[in-house]
Amino acid sequence: MRRRRLVIPALAATTILALAACAPGSDPDEPAGSETGGGSEPAEVNTDIAGLGDITLTVWDQEVRSSQDPALQALNEAFMEKYPNVTIERVSQSNDDLQSQIALALSGNDVPDVIQVNNARADMGAYVTAGQLVNLEPYAEAYGWADRYSESVLSYSRYSEDGKTFGEGNLYGLPQTGEVVGIFYNKAKLEELGLEVPQTWDDYFAALDAAKAAGEQPMVLGNIDQWPAFHVFGPLQANYVPVDEIAALGLGNEGASWTSDGNVQALEQFGTWGTEGYFGSSPNGTDYDLAWADFAKGTGVFLPAGNWLAGDLESLMGEDVGFMAPPPGTDGTLATTGATGIPFGIPAASENVDAAAAYIDFITTDEAMAMIAENGGMPVNNTADNAPEAGLQKDVFEAFDAVSTEGTLLPYLDWATPSFADTAGQGFQELLGGQKSAADVAQAFEDDYQAFIGG
Amino acid sequence: MVRNRTTPYLYLLPAFLVYGLFLLYPVARTAQFSLFDWPGFGPSTFVGFENYADLLEDGRFITAIGNALYLILFYSVLPLLVGLVLAATLRRGQVRGMGIYRVLIFLPQVIALVVVAVAWRQIYTPNGTLNQLLGLVGIETDTGWLGVPELALSAVGIIGFWLETGLVMLLLLAGMNRIPNDLYEATRLDGAGPISEFFAVTLPSVRGEIVTSMVLTIIAALKTFDLVYMTTSGGPGTATTVPSYEVYNRAFQLKEVGSASAVAIVLTVLVFVINIFVTRIGEERKVTR
Repeated sequence: MRRRRLVIPALAATTILALAACAPGSDPDEPAGSETGGGSEPAEVNTDIAGLGDITLTVWDQEVRSSQDPALQALNEAFMEKYPNVTIERVSQSNDDLQSQIALALSGNDVPDVIQVNNARADMGAYVTAGQLVNLEPYAEAYGWADRYSESVLSYSRYSEDGKTFGEGNLYGLPQTGEVVGIFYNKAKLEELGLEVPQTWDDYFAALDAAKAAGEQPMVLGNIDQWPAFHVFGPLQANYVPVDEIAALGLGNEGASWTSDGNVQALEQFGTWGTEGYFGSSPNGTDYDLAWADFAKGTGVFLPAGNWLAGDLESLMGEDVGFMAPPPGTDGTLATTGATGIPFGIPAASENVDAAAAYIDFITTDEAMAMIAENGGMPVNNTADNAPEAGLQKDVFEAFDAVSTEGTLLPYLDWATPSFADTAGQGFQELLGGQKSAADVAQAFEDDYQAFIGG
Repeated sequence: MVRNRTTPYLYLLPAFLVYGLFLLYPVARTAQFSLFDWPGFGPSTFVGFENYADLLEDGRFITAIGNALYLILFYSVLPLLVGLVLAATLRRGQVRGMGIYRVLIFLPQVIALVVVAVAWRQIYTPNGTLNQLLGLVGIETDTGWLGVPELALSAVGIIGFWLETGLVMLLLLAGMNRIPNDLYEATRLDGAGPISEFFAVTLPSVRGEIVTSMVLTIIAALKTFDLVYMTTSGGPGTATTVPSYEVYNRAFQLKEVGSASAVAIVLTVLVFVINIFVTRIGEERKVTR
């Protein structure tokens, strides 16, 4: 027994020490601005970057794909050339990795100066509530961002000061690229089947049935990672549910319901596609990247997916692939999931807020937009002007332009509530696998949404 | 002669400091976090044991625990059975190129888990290697093995089985090589065949190794994360979610650090309880022999 005598007090001492330490999140050396909520506001806006002295600007981005990386690299170099006193230290990684590190990074003292923060409530919304992002309004005014961007695009980076309302309020980030979820189609296969590019949802359903009857796999979906289903369901939903209702659901604002008839019908249709083999034998067991690679090799007629696959698909399929915005929705206008690329924001604890804002301004100018287009990305502004002359990218640019100017870009559904990516990811898989009915899944979505609105 | 009672502890102090700093302190902090409602940054609210109480009604968490227990079958029980047979065979037969076999069977342990997961993910896809092999023997199927809720967990388990068998075999083989040959000779003189020899000599002699390998593999089963994260993200639905994945998901995706810590603490306790149970059984038998 003698041996234990010292160990126990020692253990107890450690434990007491730890428990007596301050409660989580209240460390005295926390970055400034985190107590206030609503983000810190710069004391004075300074747009004279050359006069700031030597600065190292740390930028965390997720522009790693082949259509994204060269443009940002070129822009970074151009910025450093314009301001020789600024050195950009770029850290880029996949979005999954980036988003899971941001929470930790922002609560430290040594923060990056520019970060790409996902628009979602779970990400940008949470950091706004915690006061960890700079309110960009003063800079928007100084640089005239409102003239550059359409308000509908900016609204997806807006939160109220307490982070409760999404879609209006202060600006916390600026996106560089546009994103649109549509439908890729295999032109050769359509021709073989004697089908036209569908103009209405009824056409589309008919085309799927015709493909299936001819022994083709109608659509391609690799949903092992759960999120790809969002990009199939989002456009489909617009065929059953009015856009303002989808927007409310997607932004997690009050005034809509997942259990409405339209939503249940949309979920039902989606589930039927899954259980009746419209996505092949096992969408839930298929890898996302393998799925579109298979599409490029000739599996399936349609591939509902985002424009970010266009570059790779075009290089693999050449003339054989086309892209369309989903047919007009229930209220007769174009509407599809899309919105913007991941916006660039500034951490409240950054020591170079002025330079960071100038950087964000620099990478979103008209010249920058042209540069992004040149490198194969889809700029969020002046999209139609920058469209290539032919090919798949032309389809994509036109689809984005049509939806963003004449129609509605719908928010990604997982922006809605902090847990919605989880709830819906799970629900869509269960629908596809036929384990749950559309009504049950709608109820699960509604519970998540209501719990968030109520709380 | 130790002059002072505290002197031995002074020698332990440096190690204890490191241990305390990097192990005990984080554990204590996790325990503390589990009593708060905290998103990982900003202010926190003290909620007592509410996070734990919530877990009792949390379907996802209960599924995760159930899945982890099921994985013990693949990570621990099956590798033990197969490992025993393999080790006994390798010990008996003086096979040529023995070293190569050992390396091959142990290889999965050496490969980075992420690589293992990516490779198996390809094997399990609808037109992956597994289905191609099945096609060769006349079973035409395009099942996405990780996409079928009833099969996905077993599919993940089989990867675990493939991983752990080598480790278990190596441990057992080391134990068996220690058994003096006289013992085997004696049993053979008594007229024992290979089977009864195995049960009379080999099995009792490697009891210690069995317990060790059980403890190691059970811990591996209960704290599986990489495989699930890389192959299925807990899906389809919640079919393959495990406690460690829930910890990650809650802390980094849902930003519920309190709940994540509570899951982590429950998992730690579970690992301890099961392993105390396993070691007790091992020890008891030793005493009663």
